[in-house]
Parts: sequence; structure tokens; C-alpha cells
Amino acid sequence: MSDITASSIHGGVGAAAGARFHVSGEHHPESGTLLGFWLYLMSDCLVFACLFAAYGVLGRSYAAGPTGADLFDLPMVAVNTSLLLLSSITYGFAVLEMQRRRLRPVLAWLAVTGLLGAGFISLELYEFAHLIHEGAGPQRSAFLSSFFTLVGTHGLHVSFGIVWLITLMVQVGKHGLIAENRRRLMCLSMFWHFLDVVWIGVFTFVYLMGVLP
Amino acid sequence: MSAHHADTTAHAAHHGHDDGHESGHSPSTLKGYLTGFVLSVILTAIPFALVMFKAFDNAGTTAAVILAFAAVQIVVHMVYFLHMNGKSEGGWTLLALVFTLMLVVITLSGSLWVMYHLNHNMMPAAATHDMRKMP
Repeated sequence: MSDITASSIHGGVGAAAGARFHVSGEHHPESGTLLGFWLYLMSDCLVFACLFAAYGVLGRSYAAGPTGADLFDLPMVAVNTSLLLLSSITYGFAVLEMQRRRLRPVLAWLAVTGLLGAGFISLELYEFAHLIHEGAGPQRSAFLSSFFTLVGTHGLHVSFGIVWLITLMVQVGKHGLIAENRRRLMCLSMFWHFLDVVWIGVFTFVYLMGVLP
Repeated sequence: MSAHHADTTAHAAHHGHDDGHESGHSPSTLKGYLTGFVLSVILTAIPFALVMFKAFDNAGTTAAVILAFAAVQIVVHMVYFLHMNGKSEGGWTLLALVFTLMLVVITLSGSLWVMYHLNHNMMPAAATHDMRKMP
């Protein structure tokens, strides 16, 4: 407010030029959180790179146990993949509604995203339970140890993403689409899409290449 | 009066700019998300089909092709869902990404390469054979 009065007292071209200078200079502080969160995602990316490397090294050490071709159910993985991909686009719709400042649709799309994520986690837990029941638990071979660690870590990320999503829905419901909540929604958006990117690596490197002879 | 008018428009523009900045680096569009989604569906369906219907006899060929599809799909996600470009945050996100990718490539290829050769050269049967060749 004081900004406007000060420059309008001076008036003239100088004030306009000053204002313009002010505009182009105001880039940095607003975006600190998003850049910081991006750096966190990059460090998370390194965690997954290590787990992928471990799986890459140990993925064919079956210890005379079952192989990927014996265990993996590709149609189920395809369903899981589509659930996660759909949840990515529904989160995108939530972001679009957020930009239009429409509270109800944002909450609705967030709920759909959460449900799709929950479906993904349930299918994965079912798969894990099925594998362990068949005697192909993480202690069976190096292949299964690294498989459970990599896929489980991704599943854990999605689970925490769902917890974060529910928390945000409560906050958005309580305080509306204020600047803080919009920033948090953008951070979760990056987190959620990032998990989908990791899943591309998982279904290609683990499942599809795992069933190849 | 005209100066004041110019100033308020500048101020409004400033606000508009901030808004766009908070809600993503470049505001997301429906078209962008849908393009990304359709491309992702295609890029997911093809590798699944290639493996499930055994399109290639050679496993190596299949592996190379599906890895290429995965790489393309990761780029699609980065551009259309994560809104990656050279300008967001003044280029710092892209710089961080390039640095991370470098580390990821070194980690993955280094681990696979070293461990493959260790397995190859340290197998019990091969060990005696290789030792005889040593000077």
C-alpha cells in the first residue's frame, strides 16, 4: 500500500520505470519453497537410483528359487500402472481447478486422486501378501530382497503421499485456497508426479524386464 | 492521473505475475495435461504389449526397446506433468536435474559394470582358469 502512495506522489515517467524495475527484481523469494522441494525430490531420486542399482546387480540371483517370469503377473501390473497414471492426471485437474480458485472441484479431484492412490497401494499389498504366501518373501533370494526393497520403498512413498493428500484436503477445507495451501498443493503435485516417474522405471526395469528370459 | 493509472496497472501486473509464480512456474493448462496423459498411455501400452505378446524373439532387443520407451515417457512426464523447462526458477531446477541425472547414470552404469565383471571373473570355476593366465 505504501508502495503505491510513495510512487504516485513522485508521479511521472520515473515512477513507472521504478515500478517496472521493481517487478523484474521480485523474482526470488516467492519460489524458495518450490525450488527447495525440487532439490528434496532430486535427493529422493538418488535414493531410488541406489535401489535400482542394487536390483540391477542382484535381480538375477535367484538362489535356485522362483524367477520374475514365475512370479510377476503382468496384467495386474498393467492395472496398477494405469491406476497411478490416472491419479497423475486427476491431480493435474485439481491443480487446474486450484488456478481457477474453485474450492469444491479441487477437493473432489483430490479425493479421486487419493482413491486411485489407495487402489494402487491395495493392489501392491495384495501382490506382496500373495508372494509371501507362496514362499517368495524377501528372505527367499537376493532377487526377492532387492525387489521388495525397491518396490516397497516406492509403495511407502505413495502411502505417505496419500497421508499428505488427506492432510492437505483437511487444510484446504478449513482455510480455503489461500497462498500457503496453494504452495503446499504445488509441492504435493511435484511429489505425486515424481512418484509416477519412478514407477515408469519400476514397471520397465523390474516387471517387464524381469519376465524376459 | 495518468501516471497513477500506469502505476496501478504495473502493480496489478506485479500481482498477476506473483500469482502465476506461486501456482507453478508457467501456469498449467488442460491441453498440456491431456497431451501428457495421452502420450503416457501410448508409451505405456506399447512396451506392455511388446512383452506380453512376445513381439521380438530376442530378449535383448525387447529390453533395449522398452528401455527406450521408458526414457521417452520419463521426458514426457517431466515436460507435461512436472512442467520442466529451462526457465523455471531461473534455470536452477534444470541444473539440479542435470546434475542428479549425471549421478544416477554413474551410479547405475558403474554398479552394473563393476558387479558384472566381478561376477564374471570371480566365479569359482573361472578363478583358477584366470589365475593361470596371470603373469
